[in-house]
Amino acid sequence: MLKRKSDSLQKPTSILDADAIIKDARRELAAPLRRLFGKRILTLGSLALLSGCELKDDNSVNTMLKKISFFNDDVQGWLFDPKKLAPTYPESMITRPFPFNAFYDIDEVPAVDPQSYRLKISGLVSGKRLWTLPELHALPQTSQITRHICIEGWSAIGRWGGTPFSSFLHYVGADLNAKYVAFQCADEYSTSIDMPTARHPQTLLTFSYDGALLPPKYGFPMKLRMPTKLGYKNPKHIVEIIVTNSYPGGYWENQGYNWFGGA
Amino acid sequence: MLRQIKIHPAWLRITHWINAASVLIMMTSGWQVYNASPIFPALRFPAGISLGGWLGGALLWHFAFMWLLVGNFIVYLGLNLASGRFGRKLLPLSPRALFLDFYAALRGKLAHNDLSHYNAVQKFAYLAVIVDIVVLVLSGLAVWKSVQFPLLRELMGGFDTARVVHFFAMSFLLMFFIVHIAMVTLVPRSLLAMIRGH
Repeated sequence: MLKRKSDSLQKPTSILDADAIIKDARRELAAPLRRLFGKRILTLGSLALLSGCELKDDNSVNTMLKKISFFNDDVQGWLFDPKKLAPTYPESMITRPFPFNAFYDIDEVPAVDPQSYRLKISGLVSGKRLWTLPELHALPQTSQITRHICIEGWSAIGRWGGTPFSSFLHYVGADLNAKYVAFQCADEYSTSIDMPTARHPQTLLTFSYDGALLPPKYGFPMKLRMPTKLGYKNPKHIVEIIVTNSYPGGYWENQGYNWFGGA
Repeated sequence: MLRQIKIHPAWLRITHWINAASVLIMMTSGWQVYNASPIFPALRFPAGISLGGWLGGALLWHFAFMWLLVGNFIVYLGLNLASGRFGRKLLPLSPRALFLDFYAALRGKLAHNDLSHYNAVQKFAYLAVIVDIVVLVLSGLAVWKSVQFPLLRELMGGFDTARVVHFFAMSFLLMFFIVHIAMVTLVPRSLLAMIRGH
């Protein structure tokens, strides 16, 4: 049983194929260049050449990749379902301690003075004004336990409390047909989001973490929390909110992270 | 001129090489992405074999060439099924034939002299890698859009598990790739056949 030959040996086509092999071999011998090509293409060296390159300085490649990234923004905008909710979790599943993450170390977290702090609302809003912290804290509050997904791949579950951003936008008279909402932060961070995500029911302007006042490491005095977007789209230490129609970009987005950053 | 036996039609050769290129880009850029937050802290991919330079660059590559990989894969699978090649070349496949051919291969007795006919081990490997690419794409989709595709996310066991599935599907593809290249080196004529069709 184990001496069985492969089917291929018994097929009549194999005779024709054997002829073809001989013919091939003759031609290959007559064509040293092709033979060389055949050898070269097999070397692992050619593979290493392919994978080792970065093409980072190649502008046309970069332009193409950026264009596709903007195309992916459109795809994600189209995929985004304003009614679809991100999963919420029981308190027992909260990640403790919740990881600190920023573009700087934890000892460089900005110290925002709650007394002098003012939130500025600008751009396409009818109610342009400055907000003090007590005024913000007086807004209706809710809380939710959701998963924070980092672009790096890790994720952690946390509980944030604050006011629904969509009602806040209504309250300040924002032009809800505007394309973007941009954020400037006390740590020089900036980012911007699309209006449908800004109006998503789970998008909260948060002032607390896990039942306590939002600590500096998690973004005091406030963080915009969106479980429908990756972590870098969730700005902390917000000092200005701008409603606009011109593409605002952002700290990481300007360096190459995808702008929409949806989950 | 001698009559040539067509082994691979042009559409198959084209989709094969587009697939090879996009898999290579997806894999090497994926390694760079993996390095940003390794699932297994002891395992990191060397910079020399990863693409993109940093996380942001790698993601640009990954999310650009996913379209090529998926689009090409759909064309490949569609033409394979429509032309009947899929059933003709990759089926039937019995466990017995697979065992016998695998045993023959281990003893170096598995013939490769008719490239138009796949042995059972080849059939299994090609079928498995097709399924693996489907798993790779679906787990990748679950990682990319875990909120927008709740059913897919739950099928993959949640966001974190989808990443692990994606990683192991990549590992299987890498193993296939290594064996595939080794086999091509042993039977160089198969490379010629995949380039010129005969």
